[in-house]
Amino acid sequence: MQSLREMLRFLLYRIGLLVPTFIGVTIAAFGFIRILPGDPVLLMAGERGVSPERYEQLMHQFGYDRPLWEQYFDFLGGIASGDLGNSLVTKKPIFDEFFTLFPATLELSICAIIFATLLGIPAGVLAATRRGSWLDQTVMGTALVGYSMPIFWWGLLLIILFSGILQWTPVSGRISLLYFFPPVTGFMLIDSLLSGQKGAFTSALSHLILPTIVLGTIPLAVIARQTRSAMLDVLGEDYVRTAHAKGLAPARVIGLHALRNALIPVITTIGLQVGVLLGGAILTETIFSWPGIGKWMLDSIFRRDYPAVQGGLLMIAVVVMIVNLVVDLLYGLINPKIRH
Amino acid sequence: MKRYSFAAALLAATMFGGVANAKTLVYCSEGSPEGFDPAPYTAGTTFDASAKPIYSQLVEFDRGTTKVIPGLAESWDVSDDGLEYTFKLRPGVKFHTTDFFTPTRDFNADDVLFTFERQLKKDHPWNEYTAGISWEYFNAMSMPDLIKEMVKVDDMTVKFVLTRPEAPMVANLAMDFASIMSKEYADKLEADGKKDMLNQQPVGTGPFQFVAYQKDAVIRYKAHPDYWDGKQAIDDLVFAITTDASVRQQKLMAGECHVAAYPNPADLDALKAAPGLEVMEQEGLNVGYLAYNTQMAPFDNPKVRKALNMAINKQAILDAVFQGAGQAAKNPIPPTMWSYNDAVEDDPYDPEAAKKMLEEAGVADLSMKVWAMPVQRPYNPNARRMAELIQEDFSKVGVTVEIVSYEWGEYLERSKATDRDGAVLLGWTGDNGDPDNFLAVLLGCDGVGGANRAQWCHKPFDDMIQKAKIVSDQAERTKLYEDAQMVFKEQAPWATIAHSVVFMPMSTKVTGYKMDPLGSHRFDGVDLAE
Amino acid sequence: MADTSTTAAAAKPVDPRLAVLREFWFYFSENRGAVIGLWVFLFVVAIAVFADLIAPYGAIDQYRDALLKPPFWQEGADPRFLLGTDAVGRDMLSRLIYGSRFSLFVGCIVVSGALVVGVVVGLIAGYAGGRIDTLIMRLMDIILAFPSLLLALALVAVLGPSLVNAMIAIAIVQQPHYVRLTRAAVLSEKTKDYVVAARVAGARPLRLMFVTILPNCLSPLIVQAALSFSTAILDAAALGFLGMGAQPPTPEWGTMLAEAREFILRAWWVVTFPGLAILITVLAINLMGDGLRDALDPKLKRS
Repeated sequence: MQSLREMLRFLLYRIGLLVPTFIGVTIAAFGFIRILPGDPVLLMAGERGVSPERYEQLMHQFGYDRPLWEQYFDFLGGIASGDLGNSLVTKKPIFDEFFTLFPATLELSICAIIFATLLGIPAGVLAATRRGSWLDQTVMGTALVGYSMPIFWWGLLLIILFSGILQWTPVSGRISLLYFFPPVTGFMLIDSLLSGQKGAFTSALSHLILPTIVLGTIPLAVIARQTRSAMLDVLGEDYVRTAHAKGLAPARVIGLHALRNALIPVITTIGLQVGVLLGGAILTETIFSWPGIGKWMLDSIFRRDYPAVQGGLLMIAVVVMIVNLVVDLLYGLINPKIRH
Repeated sequence: MKRYSFAAALLAATMFGGVANAKTLVYCSEGSPEGFDPAPYTAGTTFDASAKPIYSQLVEFDRGTTKVIPGLAESWDVSDDGLEYTFKLRPGVKFHTTDFFTPTRDFNADDVLFTFERQLKKDHPWNEYTAGISWEYFNAMSMPDLIKEMVKVDDMTVKFVLTRPEAPMVANLAMDFASIMSKEYADKLEADGKKDMLNQQPVGTGPFQFVAYQKDAVIRYKAHPDYWDGKQAIDDLVFAITTDASVRQQKLMAGECHVAAYPNPADLDALKAAPGLEVMEQEGLNVGYLAYNTQMAPFDNPKVRKALNMAINKQAILDAVFQGAGQAAKNPIPPTMWSYNDAVEDDPYDPEAAKKMLEEAGVADLSMKVWAMPVQRPYNPNARRMAELIQEDFSKVGVTVEIVSYEWGEYLERSKATDRDGAVLLGWTGDNGDPDNFLAVLLGCDGVGGANRAQWCHKPFDDMIQKAKIVSDQAERTKLYEDAQMVFKEQAPWATIAHSVVFMPMSTKVTGYKMDPLGSHRFDGVDLAE
Repeated sequence: MADTSTTAAAAKPVDPRLAVLREFWFYFSENRGAVIGLWVFLFVVAIAVFADLIAPYGAIDQYRDALLKPPFWQEGADPRFLLGTDAVGRDMLSRLIYGSRFSLFVGCIVVSGALVVGVVVGLIAGYAGGRIDTLIMRLMDIILAFPSLLLALALVAVLGPSLVNAMIAIAIVQQPHYVRLTRAAVLSEKTKDYVVAARVAGARPLRLMFVTILPNCLSPLIVQAALSFSTAILDAAALGFLGMGAQPPTPEWGTMLAEAREFILRAWWVVTFPGLAILITVLAINLMGDGLRDALDPKLKRS
């Protein structure tokens, strides 16, 4: 009971901390786009141009001729009622736009994280247990190369090699055009299974390989390095030495005792990669024509699509904040010391 | 590897006949459409996905030309004073029957009136059917000033009454914003309270009907079984949206699509050499230019402008900027356009002579700005690079160049100012294949402070193009435009730089594809060989 | 750090600073990777400094008769251009050499900017506490709520695409890390005896902050600086790649990649070399950073 109430208090405290941050984020998202040079009306008109009267009309129609604070409170009111306005380009609600594209980014990010974790943790453990060996050096050397990788260049190289020269993987997109089924979850891997169409899942999977590798490279390197150093810390602790001394099999020591404790900082690291992933998604999605929010944000900035940029920035910030909160809570749960 | 090859084989089997007997043509397009109602937009990418496959217009451009032929109007008459255009509509035209709409009547005059009135009348219930929608092309072609009224003479006859004679009017009605919508469908959407859907689930009379759109990924169409000009040979049309040019080329080579838009000029040799692929090409209906500010000394002196034009090495620009995908421009209109005056002689590239001319004009130690666009356009794939080349060319005749650039919207706006400092790189892509659309818009006196970036108002030239606007005799118009081009060259308000050449790489299985001089991508009349 | 130096000073009658340095070098040089990294980094620095002497041609000189020539070992190469030329006939090797200047410049400016401002703000937050602390930390939370590349992108869009603006944006994005580190260090040091003693002795707040506390929080900051040096180079290159960083014809490596992207199938060298240059430079710095961390972090030294 006691601990439950305490946990609840901790939770409320953490959420309370988020409120001023959230307000700050709305101001930032709103403010950014207002101080951008150029405006959407001029861009829409292009070389054809627009007469000064028509320009006034359009600015009025979009509501951009009103005082800034009024526009800001409209924006806030919109958030409260679940309306982020309509995109200037597609005229569709930002929420719809965001949520049609978000699953694609989420699917890619989840795959990248799984890829990074499944490879990174064993690599880190292996390196730690064979500290100083050539294996350790190779693994850590490779991890450092991955950590230093300009991923936009890495993606181009992989496309040239695997799609261009070897033709092992498809070039871009989420699934072969041969397959056509309505989106149910928005996750192509799941939808392709639900569709029951033969080969659809394989096709979706093959489209995911290269983007997953590219997006997962830096998290993989970070996780491997973090796991190794956490393992080294734990392996040096008294209780592990004791376990060794008691004659427990090394595999058991590593698996049961050391790894479990070493995982605490690693989980935090994984959680902290979310921001990195969303940033990396901009580059990865651009290179692979992946229909996600990273590319959408980039396009929206270039098109001066005010509502899309401010709504997108806000939504992305909210996602990051929520993930960070969950990671914090999880960390607090595993490691009760932190709460005090 | 095995798995993917299997998928590829399956794909090949299905797409190129065999397993399923549906013929599917896959087109790797360069971007997402903004919506499926063409009228509110101005981007070619949007028209390729909406106006071209889904809709028909009263009159249409004959495939592969800028010639106007009957579409939903079987015939039309122009009154002698040039003020009344009467269109006789085609009977028995069917709208698409889709999952979301079943038409109960054929196309008639109500649909035509609906299409244009929503754009014309501020109080029309469909004037702003989605928040923030506006009719930019309709406005840009000055339709609101031009159209006095539209009259439904009977169910199958519509009359447009104009406020002044306008020779390019019929060509204007072949443009994408004039795509005919279904009034019955609109009424149904209005009754259901789902007006937005007009822009998302389109219904038209065009060769293909809309099936589904997955944002930023895929658009699917199927052949309209009752298309008024006969059902298409291909059954399904798929647009695979692929924004990166290199990726499009990769997909084409891997057989993931049959036709790809806008290849990198750098890849052309590889594409031409690839087995099973061919590359079509055509001059684009566009011009890229460098516009001096003719109201500012020393650029108010035609001799100075001429001298600078002679200092520009166009061949170097074609090689480095267009990678060969362009041809040198000597006139302000492209050679595919009627009335192009081939008798005009281009300024030779001669830095020595240019230097001498500048000295004669009393210009020494000139330093100037050259504006470079921040974006890639069909008429100028890399303005920055072009500016650098010009900078180097001008330095050889003793002119120092500073390159400036602004954000695209600002660039367009600032470059309009009559007191602008510097020469500006810009260009134009034709809307309707009429020379008026280039010469009057870009070089007429009305355009000073606006689209006339040279701020050039030359009475003899302006008289010619104004006259050509109202005479309806084609031969007379041609003569006027040819003379105007002569005057243009003498006066040299621009350095005409290049017309781009548009390339279309495609599988050799694709037959009957014709490149559109207006730059759109049309798939009616196209077939896939077995 | 604090106690190692005091014990070292007490044990031997040598200059304590020299001892610290010697001890640092001992641990640093134990890490072979770090030493290699250091040499590579010094090599890149040398290239950047002597670019004018080394580079065979100017970075923006165009040789119109040699467009897209491959590197010397490939057929069709022009012997004048060792690593080939780009689309307007500029020598790749020279551009890469000059490019090193931009990357190092970006790294130096961003790190020093973010470090100085971040340390000052962090010191203030940690030392002042209360509302000022809360305000500063919430501001940092807001910056951290956005993915850094996205935020940098948005900032550059506001400021206008250029190398200087890209550096400003990246420095702002990196700010919170320094602020948090400094603040945390200050908080833990503030209550320690030597600080309390100094305060009792009447040291002014500024002196307390900069002279008494700061030197004892240096090691995590140095490690962070090395880390953010490489991140800055990567981010600047990414911005350049997206067209929002240095503008052509600047031979910045990321911008060169962006320009070269259209030749990915036809001219591999214009794509491969700039990326490789980024990778090598960043890798060298990261190797050094690892060595720094090992040498400065007493916790790891123990095992």
